[in-house]
Amino acid sequence: MAETGSDMQERFPKIRTVGVDGMLVSFGARLNEAANRAALAFRAGLATESWEGIEEVSTSLVSTYLRFDTVHLDHAALRRRLEQLLRTRDWYAADLPGKRRLWRIPAVFGTELAPQLPQAAAAAGLSEEEAVASLTGARVRVQTIGFAPGQPYLGELPEAWDIPRQSQLTSRIPEGALAVAIRQLVLFSVSTPTGWMHVGQTAVRLFRPEADEPFLLRPGDEVQFAAIEAEQLEALRRDPLGGASAEALE
Amino acid sequence: MSRTLTILQAGPGMTVQDAGRSGWLEYGLSRGGAMDRLALAEGAALLGQSAECAALEMAAMGGEFEAQEDLRIALTGAPMRASIDGTAVAWNASHLLPAGARLSIGAATSGSYGYLHVGGGIASTPRLGAGSAHLSAGIGALLAAGDVLNIGPDEGTHTGFGLPRPDRFDGGSVRVVPSLQTELFPAAELARFEATAFRRSARGNRMGVPLECEGRGIELEGGRTVLSEVIVPGDIQITGDGTPFVLMAECQTTGGYPRIGTVLPCDLPVLAQAAAGAPLRFQFVSLEEALTAEREDAERRAGLARQRFPLIRDPRTMPDLLSYQLISGAIAGDEDVL
Repeated sequence: MAETGSDMQERFPKIRTVGVDGMLVSFGARLNEAANRAALAFRAGLATESWEGIEEVSTSLVSTYLRFDTVHLDHAALRRRLEQLLRTRDWYAADLPGKRRLWRIPAVFGTELAPQLPQAAAAAGLSEEEAVASLTGARVRVQTIGFAPGQPYLGELPEAWDIPRQSQLTSRIPEGALAVAIRQLVLFSVSTPTGWMHVGQTAVRLFRPEADEPFLLRPGDEVQFAAIEAEQLEALRRDPLGGASAEALE
Repeated sequence: MSRTLTILQAGPGMTVQDAGRSGWLEYGLSRGGAMDRLALAEGAALLGQSAECAALEMAAMGGEFEAQEDLRIALTGAPMRASIDGTAVAWNASHLLPAGARLSIGAATSGSYGYLHVGGGIASTPRLGAGSAHLSAGIGALLAAGDVLNIGPDEGTHTGFGLPRPDRFDGGSVRVVPSLQTELFPAAELARFEATAFRRSARGNRMGVPLECEGRGIELEGGRTVLSEVIVPGDIQITGDGTPFVLMAECQTTGGYPRIGTVLPCDLPVLAQAAAGAPLRFQFVSLEEALTAEREDAERRAGLARQRFPLIRDPRTMPDLLSYQLISGAIAGDEDVL
């Protein structure tokens, strides 16, 4: 995706402050692949630098965020260092961070477990079979994790999936639900009301506070879903990983 | 003998809290921790221990407690009526809780969150690097009658100290800095935001504090949906009806509502402590002023131990005089505690 067009290069990357103790480096005004890759790569770059006084680093869809110790650092000094780091390379062309994994996650598509498959397929102009083939054929990346602990925004799906969220909220979508809108999938880590369309159901628990590795997914990981039958899901619920398996990328 | 504190009765919003957990934001988990970080620092100063020690946070209502061996305690945050075996004890002060004695903490007389600190800190099972509960993430749980809390080893000995009662329990003016979407708001609305007398709504919890006002709320044309971006505690979202919602310790990590500004971390205790109906106003300050205020606040917190004063008691009103550590209390004033 060559969305680093001229207007974008003029304005981005852009450094702004967040509250009193945060800085945000944004790589685009709206979600696009290049900006998301740049944010992930820049976050990895900051981790390598490990500047003193940086207390937390994270990424959102198109930005890298850092929180700093206000007693020992100030905005001007930090901005200079961020500008310097930005100049060291073209972050839009940078490799994604290492230690990424490819996850394969079984999901039931459609049935009463994921009742909005027909509606979502119709919105995308696909038959239900085509929709499932498209969603299981796509290898999507964890673009960011947010809203609830461990909950990934996965993208980018083929253009047909550029469908809006519903204006009428679904009153409650279950944990492990796979939902689609705006060329993204969200895999829900909590049960919550949502405008995203419920097309699949998995048995994964994305956040397990008591586990040694409490979060299943990391930003930058890739995910591919595999269609299973509704009857298979119950057995997977007894597996701590819900049937998900991972292999190292690169 | 085990160092434990038994909860005999618990108010509805009692949790173990500390400075929270850093480093999980990119996994969708906010830092959490005590709603009133100053109260946490005051407890640590009163007991002469690390501000990392976990304490009990009590929303609006305290509870009844019994220690299995002598414990040093400190009471900070929203003032609540407290007594040990029926004898009233001072708030914002440290006391000895003798083994078997009953500590009763009632409703807050002003403010929202009271804190019970214990010498040695509350030693709960660490999850993701901290012992504090983060209820919205499903970490830890509300405490209830019958729960027994393990207490860490206590290296201190002194009790019977007080700290000046700070004035942050009845609302007031809080300072804000511009945030990512402040420029989306017309100048007239920003001015109205500063001029409006808000009140704390009766709803609200550790995730956020909603405010109300007379007349129309803050208006924003267009801009209702902005690209989902990082959220930090103190961010002020303008919701659909134009009223501000201030995000607090257990806030979500990203969000797409426009945010008009961010409350200074050093002023967040005022918002946390404002009880339902308390008046609140917002005042924009520059980033430079905010940084200075934060640094002054950090200094103030670090210097709290020097502000301790010995509680003056009338021995005639102390039926349990012999249970007080009078001697250790008398020599602790010159101790270097932090």
